[in-house]
Amino acid sequence: MSELTLLLIRLAFLAVLWFFVIAAVGVIRTDLFGPRTAPAPARKPVKQPRSVSKPKKGEPRQLIVTGGPLQGTIINLTETPITIGRANDATLVLSDDYASSRHARLFPQDGQWIVEDLGSTNGTFLERSKVTRPTPVPLGVPIRIGKTVIELRK
Amino acid sequence: MTAKRRGAQLGMLAFAVLIVMGAYAGVGLGINGKVPSGMLGYGLGLGGLMLAAYLVLAKWAPWADPLLLPLVTLVNGIGLVMIYRIELSGQAGASATNQLMWTALGVVMFSATLIVLKDHRTLQRLTYTAGFVGVVLMAIPALLPGSLSEVQGAKIWIRIGGFSIQPGEFAKLALVVFFAGYLVAKRDVLALAGRRLLFIDLPRARDLGPVLITWGFAIATLVLEKDLGTSLLLFGAFIAMLYIATQRTSWVLIGILLFVGGAFLAGQVFSHVEARFNVWLHAEDPALYDAGGGSYQLMQGMFAMGSGGILGTGLGQGHPRLIPLSFSDFIFTAAGEELGLTGLMAILMVYALIVERGLRTSLAARDPFTKLLAGGLSFILAWQIFIIVGGVTRLIPLTGLVTPFMSAGGSALLANWMLIALLVRMSDAARRPPPQAIQDEGLTQVMQR
Repeated sequence: MSELTLLLIRLAFLAVLWFFVIAAVGVIRTDLFGPRTAPAPARKPVKQPRSVSKPKKGEPRQLIVTGGPLQGTIINLTETPITIGRANDATLVLSDDYASSRHARLFPQDGQWIVEDLGSTNGTFLERSKVTRPTPVPLGVPIRIGKTVIELRK
Repeated sequence: MTAKRRGAQLGMLAFAVLIVMGAYAGVGLGINGKVPSGMLGYGLGLGGLMLAAYLVLAKWAPWADPLLLPLVTLVNGIGLVMIYRIELSGQAGASATNQLMWTALGVVMFSATLIVLKDHRTLQRLTYTAGFVGVVLMAIPALLPGSLSEVQGAKIWIRIGGFSIQPGEFAKLALVVFFAGYLVAKRDVLALAGRRLLFIDLPRARDLGPVLITWGFAIATLVLEKDLGTSLLLFGAFIAMLYIATQRTSWVLIGILLFVGGAFLAGQVFSHVEARFNVWLHAEDPALYDAGGGSYQLMQGMFAMGSGGILGTGLGQGHPRLIPLSFSDFIFTAAGEELGLTGLMAILMVYALIVERGLRTSLAARDPFTKLLAGGLSFILAWQIFIIVGGVTRLIPLTGLVTPFMSAGGSALLANWMLIALLVRMSDAARRPPPQAIQDEGLTQVMQR
């Protein structure tokens, strides 16, 4: 085995090793822009066909936790309702003595997101007012649940 | 873009196995100019193992992170090749066959963890059980007589017949589970109570209890088991998780002060700790180099990396036999000689990516226990790599820790494969899309609680 061949093998191996690292980074690159929850497969609407299109201009796309222990968490909005509470199967799981296990729910309706209190003990507040029935949520208005504050963003 | 990314995962896995086979061939070519005869069987063996791990993952954790398994496969495979190479160089104790067997057991452990543990949050209910198990596992070697537990000065083994395990490797997993469960419950009091002094928030004196207990435990490990590495590992993990849970810098400062103070005192009082510090500070002293238990091993490792330089000597063309224990604690320097700085950086990048995937899982997780557990497990992996690589490069005093997935050693390999299984389980939960609610359900049916 000549010196030159060995040198080439050596360099090729190092290059391949780095190529692996670069390929791995390529796989993650898509993932670098916020924790992404995978888009759920669209269900076939049964009655009136509802448009499953992308959110239109002015519609919220993300739910951001702006206060409390989970501050900074981002959930991308799809057509799926979002449940909030202490229960383990909630979309946003709170560990907060002031939250109920199924505290509140957010769901889309006719291009708007609606917040509904699910009979929680300590209530859900949209800005300063207690949510007593399903109420539309404007962009950027804080919803307070126990110590957690969330809002919708574009 | 499919979120499962199975294609990418399988592709990267095949790529990793091919690199390992290439390295294996490279060792043969470097040593005697021939491709080793066992290469195909060896590659197929590793490939088959990883394919099995992949199938288990695809069935039981389909949404899991696509990169964890390929990245781990690569470092584990490179470790195997290095051990094979060191065995060929004639160093006693290195056995590639053993390591391959342990890798297979590691994959079995990985699969079993994924299959048995359907939901990692059941671990939260076992918080105190895990803490108890962890402490017992840590304590067993300290209580056993030296003949059953001591190898080369470190009292961290259980040796029965020809078989030996290091319970501390499993204890660290149990203790991280315990820390996560405990901190979820006690976070608020540790994060909020206290007063502000100058520019940091100090906790109340009575909240120092848990930190002091962990600290005492770490120092006891250091003194009774002569194991600076594990002691540093556990205490660091606790402080990091405390910081993740409370976002308070003062805990980190308190932790560093406590540990440095404790280690300094231990260095004054106990001779074996003092010897470690001496070797670190005066490694280049010829008298110490020649002394028994001196800096010989450390300096041989440094010389090896130096002779490797930027591009390395090439696989099979270094002299790993000159470094004592080059197949276990010092495998990083043996790899450094043959792959050079370029290769070492690539390996460190692969480790960094594994840790990054773990921290990403922690960020994406939706409940505090998962956040802490994923953060803690990723941290403990990163911290362990820092401690051993820092040790062999003389950045910090050398402590006997394994290089995860690379060093020869069954217990560590099994425990680290379990750690990866836990991360895979959590990333599956974090990346899984939220359950699809039934549409047009009306607004009333959710009233029951």
